[in-house]
Amino acid sequence: MLSNYEKELLVKIWDKMTPVAEDIGSEALLRMFTTFPKTKTYFAHLDISPRSEHLRSHGKKIVLAIAEGARNINNLATTLAPLSRFHAYQLRIHPTNFKLLNHCMLVTLACHMGDEFCPVAHAAMDKFLSAFSAVLSEKYR
Amino acid sequence: MVEWTTEERAIIQGIFSKLDYDTVGPESLARCLIVYPWTQRYFGKFGNLYNADTILANPMLGKHGTVVLRGLLTAVNNMDDIKNAYTQLSELHSETLHVDPGNFRLLADCLTVIVAGKMKAEFTPEVQAALQKFLSVVVSALSRQYH
Repeated sequence: MLSNYEKELLVKIWDKMTPVAEDIGSEALLRMFTTFPKTKTYFAHLDISPRSEHLRSHGKKIVLAIAEGARNINNLATTLAPLSRFHAYQLRIHPTNFKLLNHCMLVTLACHMGDEFCPVAHAAMDKFLSAFSAVLSEKYR
Repeated sequence: MVEWTTEERAIIQGIFSKLDYDTVGPESLARCLIVYPWTQRYFGKFGNLYNADTILANPMLGKHGTVVLRGLLTAVNNMDDIKNAYTQLSELHSETLHVDPGNFRLLADCLTVIVAGKMKAEFTPEVQAALQKFLSVVVSALSRQYH
């Protein structure tokens, strides 16, 4: 459950992150690959070394999708329907991995925002990313 | 036995020698209770936990946060036998405090986010991986005496 204040806060944060989507996204992915090596199994077809073009463009895609979700937070299921189908029928990423990327996204935001990533922002972000992941995995079965 | 590289040991000692326990302790525990409100169930006698502001300002909770964070020093100083170093604390959490061990990971995650916010660019992916490995070993040790 997100209050109106939290929804506005999320839009503000993701609006700030959109211009640096490549940096934020690639950093979150790199943190995930370093801390949870099993997540690399989904990227055997890409070059995910630090600062690689694949890592940056993939990270950018993810952050822009999340920012779009934040702007359409009352319509997540509709907004994310194509991505939801993609994850269910093509990517088939084991659902526990969403939590790992979400956590690394929180850490990345904390590193970039410092004190501004206060407990209220952290709580709102965690709730939002969990809801986002739930929509991405809702067509799994 | 958990294997630690020289770099991992240095990273862990480095982080914990520079921590301000009296700030980070209270901040981590408060953040856990704010981000994961069900964890408040263990703090019924701590007074006002009504919202984020009162949780952050609660002096009893703050003092306890420092105690909990200092508890990690047991692991920092016994990195080659964290499992056994936490036998008594694990029993305490199981038999006396009745804390669901699933919540240990939540506190560890909050501590990670706070350390990240303080270290910023210095909290590289490698530093994060070392800290998270360390915290997951502690969480595992604390969860061992649950029967």
